[in-house]
Amino acid sequence: MADRLKDSQESWRLSGQYHRPVVTLDIRQVVGRLCLTAVSHVGRLARLVLEIIRGLGEWRVWVPLAFEQARSIGYGSLFIVILTSMFAGAVVSLQAGYQWVTGSIPIYYAAGVIVQSVTMELGPVLTALLLAGRIGARYAAELGTMRVTEQVDALESLGRNVISYLIIPRVVAGTLMLPVLVVIADIVGIGAGFVAAKSSLGMTNGDFIRGATFFYQPFDPYYSMIKSFFFGLAVTIVPCYLGMSTQQGAEGVGRSTTGAVVSASVIILFLDAILTQLLLK
Amino acid sequence: MIELKGVSKRFGDHIVLDELDFTVADGETVALLGPSGVGKSVMLKHINGLNRPDSGEVFVDGMNVGLLKRKELARLRSKVGYVFQYGALFDSMTVFDNIQLGITDPVTAEDESFCEKRVLECLGLVNLSPDTAEKYPSELSGGMKKRVGIARAIAGQPRYLLYDEPTSGLDPVNADIIDSLVEKLRDELGVTSVVVTHDVRSAFQIANRVALLHNGRIRAQGTQEQLLASKDEQVQKFLGRDLDITLAQLQRYRHGSTL
Ligand SMILES: Nc1ncnc2c1ncn2[C@@H]1O[C@H](COP(=O)(O)OP(=O)(O)OP(=O)(O)O)[C@@H](O)[C@H]1O
Ligand SMILES: [Mg+2]
Repeated sequence: MADRLKDSQESWRLSGQYHRPVVTLDIRQVVGRLCLTAVSHVGRLARLVLEIIRGLGEWRVWVPLAFEQARSIGYGSLFIVILTSMFAGAVVSLQAGYQWVTGSIPIYYAAGVIVQSVTMELGPVLTALLLAGRIGARYAAELGTMRVTEQVDALESLGRNVISYLIIPRVVAGTLMLPVLVVIADIVGIGAGFVAAKSSLGMTNGDFIRGATFFYQPFDPYYSMIKSFFFGLAVTIVPCYLGMSTQQGAEGVGRSTTGAVVSASVIILFLDAILTQLLLK
Repeated sequence: MIELKGVSKRFGDHIVLDELDFTVADGETVALLGPSGVGKSVMLKHINGLNRPDSGEVFVDGMNVGLLKRKELARLRSKVGYVFQYGALFDSMTVFDNIQLGITDPVTAEDESFCEKRVLECLGLVNLSPDTAEKYPSELSGGMKKRVGIARAIAGQPRYLLYDEPTSGLDPVNADIIDSLVEKLRDELGVTSVVVTHDVRSAFQIANRVALLHNGRIRAQGTQEQLLASKDEQVQKFLGRDLDITLAQLQRYRHGSTL
């Protein structure tokens, strides 16, 4: 950890350099530097993941802390997740209604579109993006503040493993709560979609169930959960990593926080594309 | 025993420690003096492995700190109490929980009634009342935070204690209480300590030996008498000014009290 302090300082300096105007507009130099930063970040992240796996053995330490974190993530995010999925489900439904007026495609198809787009894409991705803002920012700010006020050092000086006290509870809590919130988002989204479809499309209960089951495949729920699990890892590990490598006081905490939200969001979108490719063959 | 051998450390181009050698014998209290920014905190952090030397070696309790595995390092650190210059209290926890985390022995840490007793005892040792225990660090004054930091560092009954300016920002009464705590821990429990301080008077009072850090090295060290007798210009400059002030204060105080 002590040498991480030094290392991360270097990595921040490195990334700081191309926020400044590059005087020599040598494209090779710029690309080279970018690659170097990327590689060093990936290397450090990989090391963090290894340390997390090794630290899992200290379950006596992290299990109670993870429960605390999970509770606050769960309750704290419930409202915004429900609100967002309600609107998403309803809007999908209204848009479907807009396209279905031609009447050449059976109406129950619309139910399939609503259920599939909510459970397979909107539920997991919207929830993950919300949590990237909500808990990603929070983790990065908390850990960043602890880093710059030497609380991380203090924990280490007491012979405690920072990974199992600070990182694992957060990662575990986020990775477990995200799928739970996604299930809630899916249910609320489908419900809202159904209500909206009834009023705008005049869809009957029978149509809806027929459409929903017609397109349903046994793998779908797993797909949704696998996606949420990986999103959960991204939303927690990246902000924790950036928080821990914070430098330079309040400004550094701010930088880590915005960096955490942006990079977690980008990674979610990338993961979404990759997982869709891999899982839906 | 604490031993730094040829320790060098630089941050960027700035050389902070330059082949520094330093030894603290078992049961000894050494006061470390030096101007602000000279690297006293950095040196202290090398002793418990929070900073790693660029070159050179650090031995504590016969172990080479740089070569320890994570678990061994954790075990060593639980024997080395560290008082942070700015407290570094866990601000999301109460004072009680902060001090309880200082109880590093895994067996006694399980024993709730022992922990409670120990936490209250440590609060007492740093002259804080028991009702401080339920407060959060943000509700404390600077000097109180400092003393909670000391309580946390001594809670685990460490064999080594590293104090980074334990009395700066404290009123004279509490500074004296902390000074005598340092002495008490040495005399009664045989704790080996390094005390970084700017307070020459207290350094002279509590330490067996005084060392002056200058330009990345120990410029001078020895007993109080040896340092006072030193012809070294830096030592004279450093001690002279502070001692003049403290002597003047002392005389004024005596004057006032006799009148
Ligand atoms: N993490 C770090 N990164 C860069 N430079 C550092 C770092 N830590 C310390 N320094 C530098 O090392 C030098 C010594 O710092 P240190 O905190 O040890 O001083 P000090 O002797 O404790 O001073 P003071 O009495 O004011 O506390 C300073 O010049 C500081 O700028
Ligand atoms: Mg200092």
